[in-house]
Amino acid sequence: MKANFKTNPWTVVVVATLLLSACATTQDEILDGPPPDDEIQMQGGVDDGSGADASALDGTDDGTFTSIVGDDGPPMSAVERLEQNDGDLAIRVVYFEFDSATLSDESLRILEAHGNFIATNGSVSVRLEGHADERGSREYNIALGDRRAQSVRRVLLFQGAALDQLDTVSYGEERPAMLGHTEEAWAMNRRVELIYTVK
Amino acid sequence: MPVVPAKTPIACLLILLLACVTAPARAALTIEISGGVEGALPIAVVPFDISTLSGKPPADVAEIVAGDLDRSGVLEAMERSRLPATPHHSRQVQYDRWRAAGQDYLVVGRLLEESPGNYEIQFQLLDVLKQRQLLGISMPTRTRNFRSRAHQVSDLIYEQITGTPGAFDTRVAYVRAEKDAARKYALLVADADGFNEQDVLQSDEPILSPAWSPDGSSLAYVSFESQRPEIYIQHLATARRTRIASFRGLNSAPAWSPDGKFLALVLSKDGSPDVYTLNTATKRLKRLTSHRAIDTEPVWTPDGRTIIFTSDRSGTPQLYEIDVDGGRPRRITFEGRYNAGATLSPDGRYVAMVHGDRGQYRIAQLERETGTLTVLTDDSLDESPSFAPNGKMVIYASTQGNNGVLFAVTIDGRAKHKISTQSGDIREPVWGPFKSK
Repeated sequence: MKANFKTNPWTVVVVATLLLSACATTQDEILDGPPPDDEIQMQGGVDDGSGADASALDGTDDGTFTSIVGDDGPPMSAVERLEQNDGDLAIRVVYFEFDSATLSDESLRILEAHGNFIATNGSVSVRLEGHADERGSREYNIALGDRRAQSVRRVLLFQGAALDQLDTVSYGEERPAMLGHTEEAWAMNRRVELIYTVK
Repeated sequence: MPVVPAKTPIACLLILLLACVTAPARAALTIEISGGVEGALPIAVVPFDISTLSGKPPADVAEIVAGDLDRSGVLEAMERSRLPATPHHSRQVQYDRWRAAGQDYLVVGRLLEESPGNYEIQFQLLDVLKQRQLLGISMPTRTRNFRSRAHQVSDLIYEQITGTPGAFDTRVAYVRAEKDAARKYALLVADADGFNEQDVLQSDEPILSPAWSPDGSSLAYVSFESQRPEIYIQHLATARRTRIASFRGLNSAPAWSPDGKFLALVLSKDGSPDVYTLNTATKRLKRLTSHRAIDTEPVWTPDGRTIIFTSDRSGTPQLYEIDVDGGRPRRITFEGRYNAGATLSPDGRYVAMVHGDRGQYRIAQLERETGTLTVLTDDSLDESPSFAPNGKMVIYASTQGNNGVLFAVTIDGRAKHKISTQSGDIREPVWGPFKSK
């Protein structure tokens, strides 16, 4: 899977999309579960099937990538460090309030970890995909998704990421993570996804 | 099209046959009219005489006309099975029978076949109470624009009775999204009655914000086909298209100036989303707004002097108006927390928009002169309003269950019909202009 990641950087995108659509098709289960209690609901990481711990977010990990450098063998590549991180770097989605591009404290902490990682790994680049929930007009939602992606970009730049490592795009309400016309679905859809690629 | 006042029973009009590219008619859209409208004027449209034709006509003119008039909300066509008689010419009409059947107006006519594929549609509109002809017209048509001609019959009847040109011989552009299709998104154009649906573009990636050029020849739209939003202009007859905006960040919300020479659009290349104008010939780009907030969804007023757009500079999205030469935008909406996605009525008197209030997103109409806001719809996820070119109806997108459907509602809110498709969502309807005649 890691080799696959290297030869085909878009694997990450594909897998992430599958995860999202899995979410969409199991809406009932999600709705039956406990209601969301904070802004970070979804494990946005990549399940690479290697047991490299893309487990559910518990919010307790301090998660800096320096803590997971292998203690023997050759030094890990940027990709391996990213893949094996089970802390903040494993979280690849941040969420927003309605009609807002303001980042929560928790999102800031996560993005600072990503910013550090990107700054110290010049071979990675990140596409920031901004999204909105379905309410209101589509074009306004595209602009809102753009603003959200820009908010995230600003934090990553502040942490030292280079301009050419970051790309933003907004899909507005066109790519919901969860279907449905509920507060839960809307909360899941107001988001920015961080999609890593390796040069 | 010139209408000759009918002095003789049938006044002949010479109409040039426009070469228009039309596929065989197919109804990919379903239109449901919800019940009768109180106060609608009763009209009977008798099936046209086709007895002299060599074969079947390309379509049933009377059925098309009755359907058109029904959807207007102004007229109510009598059910065919209830017609008391089937005259084809005023000479055969016994007015008493139609008065007894409660009809105010009567349409009779016939089809002639001049040569294979060349038809003549002849019809009369009769006033049942005054027992006289209001309109008598003969128009040539060919197989390929037969339905279009039938809609022109509806247009003439509607105008004769209401004084307002009909908008039946028009087209609507919209986007369809199918969950499991190989090509997920399609930009389509169909006749206003749902027939003749034609693909403009298919893509795996989202397509949005179609905008008709004022002459109806082209559509501008936003396509994500290269994984990010870019603006294209596509000529419909030739399918030739040009990418006209591909800057870093957003390239979105295209809107044509009334003279068709400029496009207003939204770019975020300089930071936050702002409104720009682009001269489509010289490609000269001019920035119109520069604010940290979101500025988007520009639309031109019909006089071409100002642009109305959405901005959240006050904290929530509201509509603003700005001179095309720049200057200070003036806020024009003050009711409700959310007013976005403006569209202008053809006469410029009204702005329709998405109006969000207490969690309900509905279509509302603002009278520009008085500032009076009227909510037109009653669902909770309505969006994308667009006026018919005669200003009498608004088409918009809504959600039923998990499906996107369209509704067309008369601007007085009295009549409404639903437009849906067999599979997938349809959304972002934009009513095209009158066809050039």
